Amino acid sequence: MAETLAALAEAIGAMPGVSAVRIDKGELVALAGREGLVALMTALRDDPRCAFEQVVDICGVDWPQREQRFDVVYNLLSVSLNQRARVIVTADEATPVPSVHGVWPVATWWEREAWDLFGIVFSGQPDLRRILTDYGFEGHPLRKDFPLTGYVEVRYDEDRKAVVYEPVKLVQDFRSFDFESPWEAITTLPGDEKVHQLRAAEQQAAAEPAAKG
Amino acid sequence: MSGTAVTDKTTKTVEIDSHAINFGPQHPAAHGVLRLVLEMDGEVVERADPHIGLLHRGTEKLIEYKTYLQAVPYFDRLDYVSPMTQEHAFALATEKLLGIAPPERGQWIRVLFAEITRVLNHLLNVTTYALDCGALTPSLWGFEEREKLLEFHEAASGARLHANYFRPGGVAKDLPAGLEEKIAGWAETFPKFIDDLETLLTANRIWKQRTVEIGVMSAEAALAWGFTGPCLRASGVPWDLRRSQPYDTYAEVEFDIPVARNGDCYDRYLVRIEEMRQSVRIIRQCLAKMKPGPVKIADRKFTPPPRHEMKRSMEALIHHFKLYTEGYHVPEGATYTAVEAPKGEFGVYLVADGSNRPYRCKIRATGFAHLQAIETMSKRHMLADAVAIIGSLDVVFGEIDR
Repeated sequence: MAETLAALAEAIGAMPGVSAVRIDKGELVALAGREGLVALMTALRDDPRCAFEQVVDICGVDWPQREQRFDVVYNLLSVSLNQRARVIVTADEATPVPSVHGVWPVATWWEREAWDLFGIVFSGQPDLRRILTDYGFEGHPLRKDFPLTGYVEVRYDEDRKAVVYEPVKLVQDFRSFDFESPWEAITTLPGDEKVHQLRAAEQQAAAEPAAKG
Repeated sequence: MSGTAVTDKTTKTVEIDSHAINFGPQHPAAHGVLRLVLEMDGEVVERADPHIGLLHRGTEKLIEYKTYLQAVPYFDRLDYVSPMTQEHAFALATEKLLGIAPPERGQWIRVLFAEITRVLNHLLNVTTYALDCGALTPSLWGFEEREKLLEFHEAASGARLHANYFRPGGVAKDLPAGLEEKIAGWAETFPKFIDDLETLLTANRIWKQRTVEIGVMSAEAALAWGFTGPCLRASGVPWDLRRSQPYDTYAEVEFDIPVARNGDCYDRYLVRIEEMRQSVRIIRQCLAKMKPGPVKIADRKFTPPPRHEMKRSMEALIHHFKLYTEGYHVPEGATYTAVEAPKGEFGVYLVADGSNRPYRCKIRATGFAHLQAIETMSKRHMLADAVAIIGSLDVVFGEIDR
């Protein structure tokens, strides 16, 4: 199993458009560029060494501190060769990712979902409507900067005999518990600053000659 | 709606003589809150556009704000017909990132209950699917049988439906005394029940008229449209994650994978019926091979200490407190872990950033892929056939909408 995975990694690594391949916890992960993604995916489907007949999942991951803030993750499955692979492409809000619905028709809904929840644009996707959120919803809820409570709430107004949208009013403040242990989060305890500085200086002094030698 | 003019870029005008109907979201045959916009040509379906998301609860977002242990109950509430198999996927994913494996007995209990859950799911699906096609009796029988299984769920976990039983590192607690004998007794009588159920449907003329050659998916189409599980096997692809990528102790049990040939609604029914028989086989083997022992790993950084220990040991008390407030930290990494849920492949793509909360937890819902194919499957079929197709796909909106 491990040899076949290594051989597959080699085969995928040699494909155009793949920038890096690694095997992580027994799972093959390939990083690819947006350009030529459709050609790469078609190759992954049609190459007899890969034979990925199915894209089991496409999803986004948001890393707001990065310049290219989104990862688009394609999880592929080969039924005939019993193997999996993961292709990761980066994107930001503005640049579109080529749609792979021509390679696997099932991709349409996964891409609609990624658009809906993250705001990742897929070029060439003819049906890029929202899918999971409400009709007329604004924003992309799975982005890290979207608050958990959302912005609007819905209720039925008895007087107006209609469903109304209003800004969220929380009866109780939103509480995000931070249970992280203070002993791991705080490196310098109040009153201990000098000890800490001394220790840091010692470590630096010890590291410098080692680096020179 | 007749006589709608549609103009595209080449300024071609097309006259469409059709009307659209809203199937659901409160239609009894929509299996939940599916709003299916059907464009009809008389009685014939021309286009089917499912509108989903009416049950969207933001599970993935909520999980990002919970510790790993607190995230488990959300998985019961996805596909509420087969709760434990979904906890299974999350538990396996977390275990993979943590690099731990549950003890033998814990794995056997998980396989046992995953199979009980499979029977639960198929009983509900097959019988309500028959109900949609006009057969009332199977659902009355099936719900009675389901109740026995839900009692097992309750005995093991304390809850009939939302079990919260499989945890990263094993299961919440050991089976109560006498439960194994009860399950064994049920496994003796259940095959007779399937035989009885089959007398109502398998050779039934009306049932066959409603399902045979309806919603046919070829093997190639089923793969392209992301079918997994019974729907894929009904199209003739012998693929089962329990066999090809075994997890827990599935490698040690013997069972057959039923495969059908035609990929129509009738075959999807037949595959599910046979899978129930195979599940009973696995359940019997689990009961025979299970030995007494620990059901969760002994590492107190991941599983709580027993109650009596907490009364005497300071260490145990601290561990308990830390586990239920801070939880455990999962090292940085990502995994896509999938299980063979009753409906098909249920996967969790879990990204950990080294903290005590998942950074991202994408839930790969089985029905999400299946439901999308409704359009191709129901094209040029009668309206009543669309109902049979929805039933045969086994959609549950808890998981599709998440």
